[in-house]
Amino acid sequence: MMLQLTWFVLVAVLVAGYAILDGFDLGVGILHFLVPRSEPERRVSLASIAPVWDGNEVWLLTAGGALFAAFPPIYATVFSGFYLALMLVLLALIVRAVSIEARNRGVSPAWRHFFDVSFASGSTLVALLLGVAMGNLMRGLPLDAQGEYAGTFWALLNPFSLFIGATTVAMFAMQGACWLAMKTEGELGKRAVTAALFAWAAYVALYLDATLWAPSQAHWLFLRARQSLAPWIPAALVVPCLVGLPIFLRRGRLRLAFICSSITIAGVVAILAIAACPIFVLCPDDVRRSLTAFNAASSPRTLMAMLIIVLVALPLVLGYTVFIYRVWRGKVRTEPEEY
Amino acid sequence: MSALTLARAQFALTVMVHYLYPVLTMGLGVVLVIVAGLRLRRPDEVYDRMLRFWTHIFGVVFAGGVATGVVMEFEFGTNWASYSRFVGDIFGAPLAAEALIAFFLESSFLSILLFGERRVSRRTHFVATVMVALGATLSAFWIVAANSWQQTPAGFQIVHGRAELTDFWAAVFNPSTPLRFLHAVLGSWVTAAVFVGAISAYYLLRGQHLEFARRSLRLALLFGLVAVAAEVGVGDAHTRQVARTQPEKFAAIEVLHRSQTGAPLAVVGQPLPSVLLPKLLSFMTYFDFNARVTGLDAFAPKDRPPVTATAMSFHAMLWLGLGLGAVLGMGVFFWWRGRLFVSRRYLRVLFYCLPIPFVVNEVGWVTAEVGRQPWSVYHLLRTEDAFSRTVPAAHVAVSLLMFVVIYIGLLGLTIHLVRKKVRQGPGGDAAQVPS
Repeated sequence: MMLQLTWFVLVAVLVAGYAILDGFDLGVGILHFLVPRSEPERRVSLASIAPVWDGNEVWLLTAGGALFAAFPPIYATVFSGFYLALMLVLLALIVRAVSIEARNRGVSPAWRHFFDVSFASGSTLVALLLGVAMGNLMRGLPLDAQGEYAGTFWALLNPFSLFIGATTVAMFAMQGACWLAMKTEGELGKRAVTAALFAWAAYVALYLDATLWAPSQAHWLFLRARQSLAPWIPAALVVPCLVGLPIFLRRGRLRLAFICSSITIAGVVAILAIAACPIFVLCPDDVRRSLTAFNAASSPRTLMAMLIIVLVALPLVLGYTVFIYRVWRGKVRTEPEEY
Repeated sequence: MSALTLARAQFALTVMVHYLYPVLTMGLGVVLVIVAGLRLRRPDEVYDRMLRFWTHIFGVVFAGGVATGVVMEFEFGTNWASYSRFVGDIFGAPLAAEALIAFFLESSFLSILLFGERRVSRRTHFVATVMVALGATLSAFWIVAANSWQQTPAGFQIVHGRAELTDFWAAVFNPSTPLRFLHAVLGSWVTAAVFVGAISAYYLLRGQHLEFARRSLRLALLFGLVAVAAEVGVGDAHTRQVARTQPEKFAAIEVLHRSQTGAPLAVVGQPLPSVLLPKLLSFMTYFDFNARVTGLDAFAPKDRPPVTATAMSFHAMLWLGLGLGAVLGMGVFFWWRGRLFVSRRYLRVLFYCLPIPFVVNEVGWVTAEVGRQPWSVYHLLRTEDAFSRTVPAAHVAVSLLMFVVIYIGLLGLTIHLVRKKVRQGPGGDAAQVPS
């Protein structure tokens, strides 16, 4: 029992870690045409994420691997069920990775513009589609008796899920803008603060709307949130952070603003995870078919072996991640540094 | 075409393109460690330039590996959902461990290599280089362990129609993991050695960056010769291990249709009738001229791997690999005779060897994976029972087409960027800007 729940929590922690970390570099991509306005500014903007973006993306790989190892039927059902959507996510991730690496290696403006466009659109598409996937999990999926997805691709693109997708884009834009505000100076830094305020307003509006919509679209989550106090604990963290964020932005406490944005993201993931626990995939038509941390878990032996690996490796990872971010602390330098 | 065929084509395409990247970075990481170590001991400007140049190339290739690698981890779930349900209890763990133990290490410390020369001391820079190479090698370990479990499953029992773990270490160190890990790692070392050697030869032929090229070439030849010599031993041991653990794959490799004592070795022309050396296969496999070797006839036709592809890819790997060994050996010989840097013919041969190690590694994997057919997990799960039942063929066709287009673009871009850097040369760093 405890082991399965521990793994439910670990998967949620990995998702939250991914959303916070890749969230800001996806956000920088979403804002690539809005915040930096000139060639030097685009370089600075990109340079702020260049040393860390691929490490951030490893959180997604780790979350995927953890889901595969700890809950194979869920990994199998969700990934095959979301087939075309995930293929688009992969396409967008490839395009984005290539754009970051290739953009500055060409001199012609056309080359740069091409990769600017693909970087921005790839980043936006990843955020949107991950949000759509989250929206569908919030609504629940039709499953057949074998626990396989029984719907179509088009059914995934329902209004509520697209709305959650848009909310996710706004959330990552807010995170990316706070990052840029913290890492850049001058005109670019000022524009980043403005963008962060706009993204914050958009996110708060969308988030409230989604919450109002949730009772009809994600009825079960809403019911569970009403029955128990637990989801309100992270909510109690999110509210002051969302209130404080614009104040910190206006007062120039940019690091605090970024921390507020990060806690908001972690808090939202926590609210959803706690309300859903132990259900990963709800089947609204027949609740017994739902995939949960208990009926879809790997054997206790595998969960234990993996837990030991995590307990040894994760502190190390966090340790050197902090070390790396410390090496890159402070405002982005723009003088030539790379080989 | 059926969804199964399309899914297999897509997996083959995505994994083969993906492997072109890590096979170079795994070996190049070790080259970087050696150069960074030499620089630490005896700092000079040529080592600085070597480190910068090869790190730059490493960065370009690593990015392609990241981009194509994410695909691999998703594809087990998207295209092989039945497989994922059947093996998840065992197969998921090494993938998660790979991300957690290896990828984080590699991608975190790479930033210091690529951008951090002025932010950290030489010693920290060296440690970061070691971490990147270690991360790449650990990643190879976990992925080869996972794949080896498909070849020679161990440490499990079948419960409720799925494989459940009974012994973690027995599953990780299953009978084929150790040798296949060494085989793959040494293959990547040879790849990096030939790559570094070929580009150095290019500069020597053009009379550019001479000191840089000489040092790089000497390093490449020594490193490559050690790797290729070890690879011959490991490859031989691995083939004999396959004969014991997957006899039908071995029979397909050697085109042995009939089980027999004193089996002959087919030397050329596989899989057609070829030159046979009597009793040699028995001797090479069991050190006994009269040992009995299992042939394909010991297995039902539906359980036999495709012979042509398995045998041809194996022999392509063998002869091309030995050929590379000869080229590297010749280089060391010329070096000893003091003619290495003046023999234009040798330098030209070495230069044209550049793509060959990539081919050798790929056909080696073709042998391993086609030779595993018709099984997805050896003797436990057939490939036809492994794919996602809910994904229609049309969807797989769409994604396959998408990968064909995007991977052609990606490969073209990588080659363009590497060639551009090579043309620029190791001296052209001053104009570089952060990306």
